[in-house]
Amino acid sequence: MQTASYAIEVPDQSSPATTFAELALPLFDQLYNFAHWLTQDRSEAEDLVQETYAKALRGFAGFKIGTNFRAWMFRILRNAFLTSRTGVKVSSSGEEELDEIASIDPTPEDLLIQGVERDIVRQALTELPIASREILLLCEVEEMKYEEIAQVLQIPIGTVMSRLYRARQALRNRVSERFKGKAAWPVS
Amino acid sequence: MACELMRGKLDAYVDGELSPSEARQFASHIRECPACAADSVERVHMKRAISVAGKAYEPSTEFRRKMVGDLTKPHRERRSWGWTLVLIPAVLVLIISVGTMLFMNRGHNQHERMFGELADMHVMTLASTSPVDVVSTDRHTVKPWFEGKIPFSFNLPELQGSDFTLLGGKVAYLGQSPGAQLIYRIRKHQVSVFIFQERGESNAPSSQPLSRLSFTFETWSKNGLRYYVVGDIPASDVESLSNLFRNAG
Repeated sequence: MQTASYAIEVPDQSSPATTFAELALPLFDQLYNFAHWLTQDRSEAEDLVQETYAKALRGFAGFKIGTNFRAWMFRILRNAFLTSRTGVKVSSSGEEELDEIASIDPTPEDLLIQGVERDIVRQALTELPIASREILLLCEVEEMKYEEIAQVLQIPIGTVMSRLYRARQALRNRVSERFKGKAAWPVS
Repeated sequence: MACELMRGKLDAYVDGELSPSEARQFASHIRECPACAADSVERVHMKRAISVAGKAYEPSTEFRRKMVGDLTKPHRERRSWGWTLVLIPAVLVLIISVGTMLFMNRGHNQHERMFGELADMHVMTLASTSPVDVVSTDRHTVKPWFEGKIPFSFNLPELQGSDFTLLGGKVAYLGQSPGAQLIYRIRKHQVSVFIFQERGESNAPSSQPLSRLSFTFETWSKNGLRYYVVGDIPASDVESLSNLFRNAG
């Protein structure tokens, strides 16, 4: 028996918008970070995030509650990026050339300094092809499972695994170059 | 398991993608295999390093404020739709009422007027901030509440196995006579059941559900009481609820 305060539940048409804001706002920082990594430009990242939210809000009526909202948002962002001017500009062939970074000649002691390592990894990530960069970010930064990554990138899980393997290998090689062959990866 | 085979699963292991049994097997292997153990540590370190390095960019305060504003603006606009959707039926009911009054002036079916009034009462109830005076899903709480408030008694149906939920009730007046208004819910829609004393109209209305501008009505008489069911639900649902009442002890 219910005897608590009562309010008639009119057919709740406000809930989709309420739910969208509730679901979408917590992803704002993550989406922005991902967008900035893809575009490599603050202004373009902001445009991309804005476009993502606008598209998501328009398409939210078709979103099935209970399915993976985060993967859906990241997929919209990525698709918007790939179809944008920026997306066309950025090669996804994986053949981008390395830029030489400022001379970093770390001593073994330096390698233990997390800040240095972070900068080197960040630089190496920046240099990776988009396809490798995005999958590493989704896996390691967003901590998505393979299945979720597959939803974002719209590829089979087997392709996620192989692409992830190659991306790690590429990053490992780049970082190793920075360390001038001292080690494949600094092991603490 | 062979070391080569295990190495193929190294990434999946550090990514937490192996099944529990495979993960146990792998953990057991790396306790005995220094090479695989070293590779595992290297991969874990690499994951951590990417995770740290990857969290590189934060939105500016200005952009954050703008986006939060943009996101909450449609939210408020959409919220107003809830009221709009209450008001739309109210406007429709007013149209029904006006139409019904014109009908009345021409001396036509007085039951149309009745339906118009009942639809008004139903919509006004839904739009009210305190739609019912007795709040309960228990018919044994709702029914006694009316004792002494209306000059008759009635039975409420058992709803177990049906899609309907009793939400509560209030006293309603039709033609200055007190009666009961009960609110039921079915699939987020509210339905009113009005019960008044039969006033002996000579031309008793049809007991079949009648639809007017998206509202469905049904009425019948039983044991000296006149029942009216009003709601924006399909005729089949109105009929189901009506039958529950007809069969109520």
